[in-house]
Amino acid sequence: MDVLRIEGLRKSFGPVEVLKGIDLTVKKGETVVLLGSSGSGKSTLLRCVNFLETPDGGTITHNGVTIGRKSHNKTIYTPSELKAVRSQVGMVFQQFNLFPHLTVEGNVMLGLTRVRKMSQNAARKRALECLDRVGLADKAQAYPLSLSGGQQQRVAIARAVAMQPSMVLFDEPTSALDPELVGEVLNAMRQLAEDGTTMIIVTHELGFAYNVANCVVFLHEGRVHEKGAPHEVLVNPKTERMREFLASHTLFRIPEQVAAE
Amino acid sequence: MGSAMNYIWDFSAVWRNGGMLLDGFANTALLTATCLVLALPLGLLLALMRLSNARPLRFLGLAYVNFFRAAPALVLIVWFYFAFPVIIGVEMNAFEASILAIGLQSAAYMAEVFRGGMQAIRRGQWEAARAIGLSSADTIRFVILPQAVRQMIPVFLIRFAELVKATTLAGVIAYGETVYMANELSTQTYRPLETFTAIALLFFVLIFGITSFSKLLEKRLIAGR
Ligand SMILES: Nc1ncnc2c1ncn2[C@@H]1O[C@H](COP(=O)(O)OP(=O)(O)O)[C@@H](O)[C@H]1O
Ligand SMILES: [Mg+2]
Repeated sequence: MDVLRIEGLRKSFGPVEVLKGIDLTVKKGETVVLLGSSGSGKSTLLRCVNFLETPDGGTITHNGVTIGRKSHNKTIYTPSELKAVRSQVGMVFQQFNLFPHLTVEGNVMLGLTRVRKMSQNAARKRALECLDRVGLADKAQAYPLSLSGGQQQRVAIARAVAMQPSMVLFDEPTSALDPELVGEVLNAMRQLAEDGTTMIIVTHELGFAYNVANCVVFLHEGRVHEKGAPHEVLVNPKTERMREFLASHTLFRIPEQVAAE
Repeated sequence: MGSAMNYIWDFSAVWRNGGMLLDGFANTALLTATCLVLALPLGLLLALMRLSNARPLRFLGLAYVNFFRAAPALVLIVWFYFAFPVIIGVEMNAFEASILAIGLQSAAYMAEVFRGGMQAIRRGQWEAARAIGLSSADTIRFVILPQAVRQMIPVFLIRFAELVKATTLAGVIAYGETVYMANELSTQTYRPLETFTAIALLFFVLIFGITSFSKLLEKRLIAGR
């Protein structure tokens, strides 16, 4: 079954239509990388998936369940339904958004105790396992602001994964990091991909997309402009726009690397 | 001019009757504390109403805050003492009327402190909490308030100092707070200058102490960020 099915998704901010009918399906265990120039609506698309933004049209189906109920020409979403979706969909933000007043462990445990209703002990055990997966078990008692950006982002990943979501959304998870800290976060994400985590990742790390993604989606002018396997789309783009986009990422050297190998 | 210059200050009468002033001070403290017990939870509730998604709640919260902030405290005190009991048909003593008038007004000010504090928390915090599926109530309780309150403490202290000052108005309906007692004392002793000088000093030390403490806390909070 598809973990996520998006059909005809539309979203406007005031007069500006940012998403003009997006169709996208994500299968279990897939890693989808979402590309597009700044302002092309990548964040908006992710935020519609977990309803941090309310779609204006189209349907979103999580694990076979279409969210919202059509009533006349509007769709009504109940708070409990949205809470349920959000607890099933993890999200990792560009700015980490850890809770600074809670310890690392406390950050990971909050959703487990309050949303999953786990006991303190069970939640702590799960939190430590997840922190261990991102290599931060020894920082469980530290406060987020005492950590490096890369460590903070890995805690955020642990916080998302601990909920055992059906998929995790990443919105430019490495864009706020110093270059030398990008690798550790990408490694944690690659590990998740190898463990079979279903993910949609907005990133400008084309090397990561090339090596880890099952599917690359290029967003342009509110639509899916090009889509396919990374070694096709990133190496032999079919559209002029996609070519231009790749050309603007001067650090992307995958085709040459492949040629050199 | 000359008589003013030749005035001989004599605080002995104030000293001898210090107990009266202390009683007044105790009543001031009691009124302040009671108003606070009313104003803090009500202020939080009003702030939550103002931040709510439900338009009627937002409107009610805003109307309350605007009304009570616009009304002069003195007018509220007199109104709650004389008019309100007639409307609801219940006798009310000076203490009770003062609690309602000053406490309800203070709630409006506290609401704005709570609201400002919660809105100052970065949007990412609200979103991260929502993204893990926390309810609004849990988001506020476990994520927003703990961070907001820390930052709000200095402003709370300023509001607290203002509340202490506001309680002195309860003297107009004969509640025996500090200023009312001072007035009594000065008519008994014919020493209004000394009495009110002593009271002024007392309040100055108290209010200045609170506000200085709040400034100090604010500096440390900013430094600790
Ligand atoms: N909350 C918002 N209010 C108004 N406009 C917004 C809002 N969020 C995004 N936009 C606009 O929508 C467009 C797409 O934004 P976004 O999805 O953040 O793009 P991307 O993540 O691809 O850079 C931009 O033009 C942006 O200014
Ligand atoms: Mg974005």
